[in-house]
Amino acid sequence: MRWKRTEYTGWGRAVHASAEIARPERLSSLRAVLSESPAPAIGQLRSYGDAALNDDGKVIDMTRLDRIIGFDAESGVVEVEAGAMIGDLGRIFAARGWIPPVMPGTGFATVGGCIANDVHGKNHHVVGSFGQHVTEITLFQGDKTRKVTPDRTADLFKATVGGLGQTGVIASAKISLMPCKGDMMVLTERRVDGWDEFLAALENSRADYNVGWIDATAKGSNLGRGILEEGEITSGVSPTIGRAREVPFNAPHWALSAPVVRMFNEAYYRRVPVGGRTTVKPISAPFFPLDAIHNWNRLYGKRGFHQFQCVVPVAEVQTLRQMLELVANSGLASPLAVLKRMGGGRAGYMSFPMDGLTLAVDFPNRSAARVLIGNLERMTEDAGGRVYLAKDALMAPERIEAMYPEHALWLKAVRKADPDGAMTTDLVRRLKLRAPS
Amino acid sequence: MSENWIILGATSSMARAFARGVSQRGDAVFLAGRDSDDLATTAQDCALRGARLAEALIFDARAPEGFAGLIARLEREEGQINAAVFVGSMPDQSEIDADPSLIQGIVADNFTGPAQFLQMLAPVLEARGGGTIVGVGSVAGDRGRVGNYAYGAAKAGFHTYLSGLRNRLTRSGAHVVTVKPGFVDTAMTWGIEGMFLVAPPEKVSEDILAAVKKRRNVVYTPFFWRYIMLIIRMIPEPIFKKMSI
Repeated sequence: MRWKRTEYTGWGRAVHASAEIARPERLSSLRAVLSESPAPAIGQLRSYGDAALNDDGKVIDMTRLDRIIGFDAESGVVEVEAGAMIGDLGRIFAARGWIPPVMPGTGFATVGGCIANDVHGKNHHVVGSFGQHVTEITLFQGDKTRKVTPDRTADLFKATVGGLGQTGVIASAKISLMPCKGDMMVLTERRVDGWDEFLAALENSRADYNVGWIDATAKGSNLGRGILEEGEITSGVSPTIGRAREVPFNAPHWALSAPVVRMFNEAYYRRVPVGGRTTVKPISAPFFPLDAIHNWNRLYGKRGFHQFQCVVPVAEVQTLRQMLELVANSGLASPLAVLKRMGGGRAGYMSFPMDGLTLAVDFPNRSAARVLIGNLERMTEDAGGRVYLAKDALMAPERIEAMYPEHALWLKAVRKADPDGAMTTDLVRRLKLRAPS
Repeated sequence: MSENWIILGATSSMARAFARGVSQRGDAVFLAGRDSDDLATTAQDCALRGARLAEALIFDARAPEGFAGLIARLEREEGQINAAVFVGSMPDQSEIDADPSLIQGIVADNFTGPAQFLQMLAPVLEARGGGTIVGVGSVAGDRGRVGNYAYGAAKAGFHTYLSGLRNRLTRSGAHVVTVKPGFVDTAMTWGIEGMFLVAPPEKVSEDILAAVKKRRNVVYTPFFWRYIMLIIRMIPEPIFKKMSI
């Protein structure tokens, strides 16, 4: 197998790595390359920070192992190679009445990545996290193959789901799909005037899917205003989907400067009529709104951006309000800010979700933004919450034990699974996740 | 009408993308190659993506004794029979310098193996009065270059063979499309120095499907390689022989 020296980044493009990359196209060549030189797996590089980076090391690109291996039409269990993209699965199966129960905000995420980050979707409050629907993982560890299941190998399963790829390379997995009526979604959008109204609206939403877009530039009495999106899957006739557009090059630094973002957010807010509106769309539109613009991360220019995403317990919701005030007053926010109610569903020791509220905000990569994100991380820790490692590139290692109380259990299982540390990545090194404590 | 495709060299990423493309239309796919485990997985994938039938078959370009069995299998299917040839191998020219006998294998994989198979298949297409053969060659076959002239020579032979086959089959209503890809992002080109304008296999597959539909004779994919190769072919030999491109 040839290795290709490549410069690459996570989705945020703020941190870089140079690694030797192998890209097997068959499971047999994946096995061969791993027995010769074990290395962590990468997929479509949709983690924002350094979760997929291994600077000066080797990585295995899994994107060519993307086949559907089998499907049981009785139980709805599908087996797929780890490089398959979740949006493809959704498209292929929704038309025949099944859907992945959990779909993250981008359809380009691979199944391997969805497992390794135990991702959540807009229906987390109903169905829980991705890993809760995984019934078996085929894990390659060097020249060994392990079948990992939630009941028979519970410890290894919990260390693998949300485990940032540290237990071995996920070659394929079985996922229990959910029956669905069709491949369309009835989407209701409503304006929400301010913070308290938003919390009440999220709490009272009875929809299967919901998410709040927040105008992170609005201050004072407008603080926390935004749009609540609620969706239910339905059947219907799907119009042909327009071709995806592409951001062809890095945007200049002022493209997302404060006045532009304020103007954009104002327009985005007013786009939804005062009385709200209901539309019917193909499911890909509400699930993956940004996938319609390829390489949208280039809008942040060549310095890239950071996403901060935290979850805090419901009782600490005033912390989120303080965070939003800080963000609004900083003038650093981008149009992308999302608020969502989360349930308690999680499947791994290092899984992100907790019963509470999650806030995600994008910031252009500037020193002021990095300082602000540091403050937000401290506030998250103080509130008993946690930062989402799939988005993170900045956090200090000291916060891990408080945010991830099951880290020690994870570490024990990881040391057994990968004693030589062959799966270590830049994120693991930065956060000292595998260092003796 | 129901169509059947036999895809030779179906473990390659270009062939996989093509197999998915025709599966989505509901055609039957016969995935032929040497790695039967891998082909069985691709067959499952094709079936779940909409193929009316997806079957893995063994094909080894260097073992022509197996060809008759494949043809017999295809003849059992009703409707139009098509073939797409993605077989090929490209060892480093330096490996060939070290072991010139490698040339035999290169010629068998890229030219004589597929040609012998197509020669046996041609009467079936003629008898059914239609069908399409897609032969994937390479821009490397357009002019011999210092970097990979053994491979290029085999592909050039295949191009000429396809041109003659097209000439023959057109009389019975069947059609032959010669495809000349430039650099494609496959396991064959992964990590090789000097690659540029590398196209994803899905793009090549789309181009091939469009060419089949329009009954094109010779297509370059992506299209701009037609012009790149036009220029390369126009360089006078006294100059070309001193270049290393």
